[in-house]
Amino acid sequence: MIGLLITIPSFLGLVTFFIRRRWISQTSLLTAAGAHCALTLSSWFFPSLRTFNRWLYLDEIGILFLSITSLLFLCCAIYGIAYLKHETQSPRKAAVTISCLLFFLATMTLVIVSQHLELLWVAIEATTLASAPLIYFHRSQHSLEATWKYLMIGSVGIALALLGNFFFAVSAIQPLGSETHISLFVSDLIEKASFLQTPWVQAAFIFYIVGYGTKMGLAPLHSWLPDAHSESPSFVSALLSGSLLNCAFLGILRAYQVCVAAGQTAFAQNLLLGFGVTSLLFATIFILKQRDYKRMLAYSSVEHMGILSLSVGLGGSALFGGMLHAINHSCTKAMLFLISGNILHVYKSKSSKDVSGVLHALPFSGALWLIGFFAIAGSPPFGTFISEFIILKSGFEQGHPFISILMLLFLAIIFIGMASLFLKMSHGMPSQSLQKQNIKDSFWSFFPSVILILIVLLLGLTLPSFLNQHLHSIATVLGANS
Amino acid sequence: MILRSETFLILIVLTNFALLGSSRLAAYIRTVAVQGVVLGFLTLSIHHHDLYSRIWIIALGNMLLKGFLFPWLFFRTIEKVQIKREIEPIVGYTLSIFIGALLFALSLWMTQRLPLPSQIFSSLSISVSLFTLMVGFFLIISRNKAITQAMGYIVIENGIYIFGMTFMQKAPMVVELGFLLDLFVAIFVMQIILHHIRREFDSLNVKYLSNLTDWET
Repeated sequence: MIGLLITIPSFLGLVTFFIRRRWISQTSLLTAAGAHCALTLSSWFFPSLRTFNRWLYLDEIGILFLSITSLLFLCCAIYGIAYLKHETQSPRKAAVTISCLLFFLATMTLVIVSQHLELLWVAIEATTLASAPLIYFHRSQHSLEATWKYLMIGSVGIALALLGNFFFAVSAIQPLGSETHISLFVSDLIEKASFLQTPWVQAAFIFYIVGYGTKMGLAPLHSWLPDAHSESPSFVSALLSGSLLNCAFLGILRAYQVCVAAGQTAFAQNLLLGFGVTSLLFATIFILKQRDYKRMLAYSSVEHMGILSLSVGLGGSALFGGMLHAINHSCTKAMLFLISGNILHVYKSKSSKDVSGVLHALPFSGALWLIGFFAIAGSPPFGTFISEFIILKSGFEQGHPFISILMLLFLAIIFIGMASLFLKMSHGMPSQSLQKQNIKDSFWSFFPSVILILIVLLLGLTLPSFLNQHLHSIATVLGANS
Repeated sequence: MILRSETFLILIVLTNFALLGSSRLAAYIRTVAVQGVVLGFLTLSIHHHDLYSRIWIIALGNMLLKGFLFPWLFFRTIEKVQIKREIEPIVGYTLSIFIGALLFALSLWMTQRLPLPSQIFSSLSISVSLFTLMVGFFLIISRNKAITQAMGYIVIENGIYIFGMTFMQKAPMVVELGFLLDLFVAIFVMQIILHHIRREFDSLNVKYLSNLTDWET
């Protein structure tokens, strides 16, 4: 089944790339997204489907991240078809974009199911390459700049993670005459962690967090992120922010698992806490005076990646909150990016100065934009409130009250910064020229966002027991009880 | 294969210095190509006592990709742009070479301090790997043509490759080929973007690529 998860999108991607007909590319996109979702769903019910071989299988963390990716991809695919219809006349450009999207899905899936550190690296680098052409969709000077930065900073960053891989390999070298042989399978490294040489494990983790942290958007390594997220088409931004950042986070989590097994938990946690707090600080500074609403969403991603990093850094019950937060953030952020695309389409400007009266001009998108703001800022009754609250609370429990207080402070400032922009955009009246035009929200442009925000709302009201159990088991794998 | 691997390591150090002192793009591309070929020979000489077909494929793949395919792609790009002029460095050539010497000393010193496992055949390869890595970073920072940045990326990749090769155990071939494929696609995509940068700005200078900011002016 895992084979199908990767081969279906890759195969359809190839088909789309070579036969550049509009109907073929659209059918492929929907088929791949639907099949991916169906397969992911079935793996929840039939655990036997989760294993392919030693290299590729779904563990607890994997299945959670795969579900997020699958769901977001389906929503973005539905949105993307309508988007491509009105944004590009050429079937060729649409086909190439869709083919890149499909490869992007295949590579992200590969990241999630890889259980070997080197294969994981190959897959993460491949996600960069599959998504770079998507950022260049608008063919403008700005998007060119964003693509180049993404490619260079991303590739160089990930190259450092490769060095981290080799450091793990060095740490696994045993003195002559020893019978133990340790390969770079995650399970193997964890099982024989007591044989690893700790200085090299520490060095490897540093390179992992710098390398994949670049890709994840942890400050101060985030410089590509606002550019890429603001210049790419909205449904691509949604995927980048909601799925890709999680994939990079997964890379760090794999190394973290090895660190926990090797008894280096405290070392790894301190690093994660440092990057987490820095990310929150940077995000706060840049959100406060931000006038470009897509860049603001991008910085909000930096903020939430910081929170995820903090949750692992704090450990204990924060891990549970962190995993819940990953779901909440992905759904909310993807939904907001999709709506920002609707706003951009009508107002033709990314600056909030030129946007007012969204509620009036686009009633559905405007309402969702406001609801999404409350969700991303962590207000009740949304799931983000619960997950952030769990993380804050466990900060006090784990003996890091100072970090919890800092986080609370940053969150409050971010709330104010975002509120001023979101409220200003939603309220008021649109300009005269806009009022004269006949603008309508099309159903398919806001329907995916409704689904996503409903999920976040549901998670805030009640946590299904199967998910609760699942998240607890992930937290245990990541060393919550040790 | 009889040649000792130290010879090739020293050749790589020399190519690094040549890169730091290059003033013409064509020379630059050729030096990176030479480094790629030397890397292939280095692979063969390190593993000369157990030359599986795997080692041959990796070594030849490296030579083909870095020694011939990449230079060909890069030459195509610069011929279209007609920029065979100097690289316009932010840091001058003499200073670059001086910094290179310092970086080399630094990498030798760092290798001394690393708790290396005893099985490593020569600690020189670690020093050279670190040095190449640092030169790659320095080139990306100090040269302001987008094409030189792409080549800096190859140099970084070379440095990491040397490190990995020293410890190369029985990593499965699929993975190794995956690395090469990734590298190839990375350079290929970079070429496409370079092509568009050239068409859009009529130059490959990165100073045109700094318009995205957080604050509206």
